[in-house]
Amino acid sequence: MTTSSPQIEAIEAAYKRELPPFRVGDTVRVHFRIREGEKERIQVFEGVVIRRNSGGIGATFTVRKVSYGVGVERIFPAHSPRIETIEITARGHVRRAKLYFLRDLRGKKARLRASRRHGADEVVQKFKGRSTQGKKKRRR
Amino acid sequence: MNQNLGLIGKKLGNTQIFLEDGEVARVTAIQTGPCVVVGIRTPERDGYAALQLGFGQKREKLVRKPELGAFKKVGQAPSRVVKEFRLPADKCANYEVGQTLSTGEVFTEGQFVDVSATSKGRGFTGVMKRHNFSGAGTVGHGTHEYKRHGGSIGMNMTPGRTFKGMKMPGQHGSKKVTMLNLKVVRVLNDEGIILVAGGVPGPKNGHVTVRGAVKKKAKAEA
Repeated sequence: MTTSSPQIEAIEAAYKRELPPFRVGDTVRVHFRIREGEKERIQVFEGVVIRRNSGGIGATFTVRKVSYGVGVERIFPAHSPRIETIEITARGHVRRAKLYFLRDLRGKKARLRASRRHGADEVVQKFKGRSTQGKKKRRR
Repeated sequence: MNQNLGLIGKKLGNTQIFLEDGEVARVTAIQTGPCVVVGIRTPERDGYAALQLGFGQKREKLVRKPELGAFKKVGQAPSRVVKEFRLPADKCANYEVGQTLSTGEVFTEGQFVDVSATSKGRGFTGVMKRHNFSGAGTVGHGTHEYKRHGGSIGMNMTPGRTFKGMKMPGQHGSKKVTMLNLKVVRVLNDEGIILVAGGVPGPKNGHVTVRGAVKKKAKAEA
């Protein structure tokens, strides 16, 4: 990815979106557009971001939640047009970039301390329920 | 014979784009053209019909004299790459020397193309990399004791020799490879770039030849 040419970056720029400033450890609500047959509906996936994978247009992030006692992880392409909104509901205090250790923890142990970083609360307020489909500049 | 016109281009690299329905398409970006027609081969004069296309610029100092003469004759600046595209004589007649062909004139979105280029050279390579042998540890080719060796290369008294074409170590890569039936996902006219689905042989900034797919039925001529 370090050697990509200006032309490639120009192509990718047209598909890139502006992302809310969520970090690993944050709890997010991802509004994801799902197609069922002909109908389209929006599904919300809420959980902790345990990984962000950079890579320009190919960047992804993984959200983990525990559903009915079963851990569920979902990988989203960060710039996917199917993502309607990403809400940040809480910021977690974490000391590493990948939170794989959460997979081995259950219940009360699997909680993260709230981040007390400067401005953490403001960001939560700011991006609660706000649409991030700002950049809808798509080719054709 | 491939009846479709093509262009010479430069591989820019791989990326991905999102399609209308949100699906990810992994693509290779190729700068195709603009190509200049630097010569036309005719059956009467040359015994076959073809279009000679040039791509890119070359400093005059770097051009050999006979080559320079050929460019001077047709009144063109020397091209970096010159390739011939064999076409039926009646199709060749539609073009004239000096004409510039751009991406939009040749390629349309949704079309299938063949892309050929010289693959990345890998030097003298063992059988595992070159022929996908599995090596010792798994079943195949009688390999044992040595992890990356090829194992057996034949039988005993009958036939008493090793068959020709037996897969063995040797030069790998750096030869012409053609990828057939790659879909053109996007045509970016302004930049002269096409995005084809999948991978394309050769390094970044390597020269590639893109033609309409030979094994797909050509759509009616526009």
